[in-house]
Amino acid sequence: MVDSTIAAASVIAAAIAVGFAGIGPGIGQGNAAGQAVEGIARQPEAEGKIRGTLLLSLAFMESLTIYGLVVALSVLFANPFAG
Amino acid sequence: MYTFLLSKIEVGSHYYINFSESLHLHGETVFVSSLVVFVMSLFLIVSTSNLQRVPSTLQSLGEVVYDLVKSIAITQMGPSYYSQFLPFIATIFLFVLGSNLAGALIPWKFIEISSGELAAPTNDINTTACLAILTSLSYFSAGLKIKGIGFFKRYIKPAPFFLPLNIVEDFSKPLSLNFRLFGNVVADELTVAVICSLVPLIVPLPVMMLGLFASSLQALIFATLAAAYIGEVIE
Repeated sequence: MVDSTIAAASVIAAAIAVGFAGIGPGIGQGNAAGQAVEGIARQPEAEGKIRGTLLLSLAFMESLTIYGLVVALSVLFANPFAG
Repeated sequence: MYTFLLSKIEVGSHYYINFSESLHLHGETVFVSSLVVFVMSLFLIVSTSNLQRVPSTLQSLGEVVYDLVKSIAITQMGPSYYSQFLPFIATIFLFVLGSNLAGALIPWKFIEISSGELAAPTNDINTTACLAILTSLSYFSAGLKIKGIGFFKRYIKPAPFFLPLNIVEDFSKPLSLNFRLFGNVVADELTVAVICSLVPLIVPLPVMMLGLFASSLQALIFATLAAAYIGEVIE
């Protein structure tokens, strides 16, 4: 059976990993989306191009959060310390 | 090794096909990815077999895919080198797109297997690791083929003390490609699974649509990044 201290610590670690990984990309995505809206408002005819670039860069920022999620998942489901 | 079981969400359990003590296959991943390869090959063969000047529906679809992949390759690698690497980029794109859509569109839950569950092949970290390592190998070989021994000059590019940083980058590139694709696919499935366990009807549908969109975007991103990494070493 799993040591209960390790299980509890793993769950807390997973929560912290996802939570903190969300902060930076959240700020970044907000900035990017804001700038994109500004760009569209200034130049409505460039909307298609701006949207494409925005989606691509949002997905790149998203992947930073996903790294946190991968750490959380490996802590929860493939914990190396849980014997 | 143990796995938590949180409301029937399974991560990291597989249907093992054992060959010997240390050699085994993840049966469900191999099955679904062969299916994806088969369907994608069939699509490409059928859509290009009877080319017309006024294209049929299938041919138009093939042309759209070709245009998309070609524009990725040209913007990242430039018009003089892109044609050598277009097949690789197109293969990566189609395989990742096919596997993500196979995981999102086909109701695999109806087919029960003894352990693990049928899902997108990119749900297994081994598939994405394989794709990332292939990308890494292909940019090494592209650099060596086009630049010869001068390829190694890029390790001391801005200044010689960047050498360790550049070497670390060679490892971090495939790692980040790997985790990005794997994490996104697993995140989609986990979100849907968690919401389904809370509210099983209607509410998961918009999340599933978002997952469908995100998984096709991931295919685009993987192909773009592979092309960008190759373009970086040959420029």
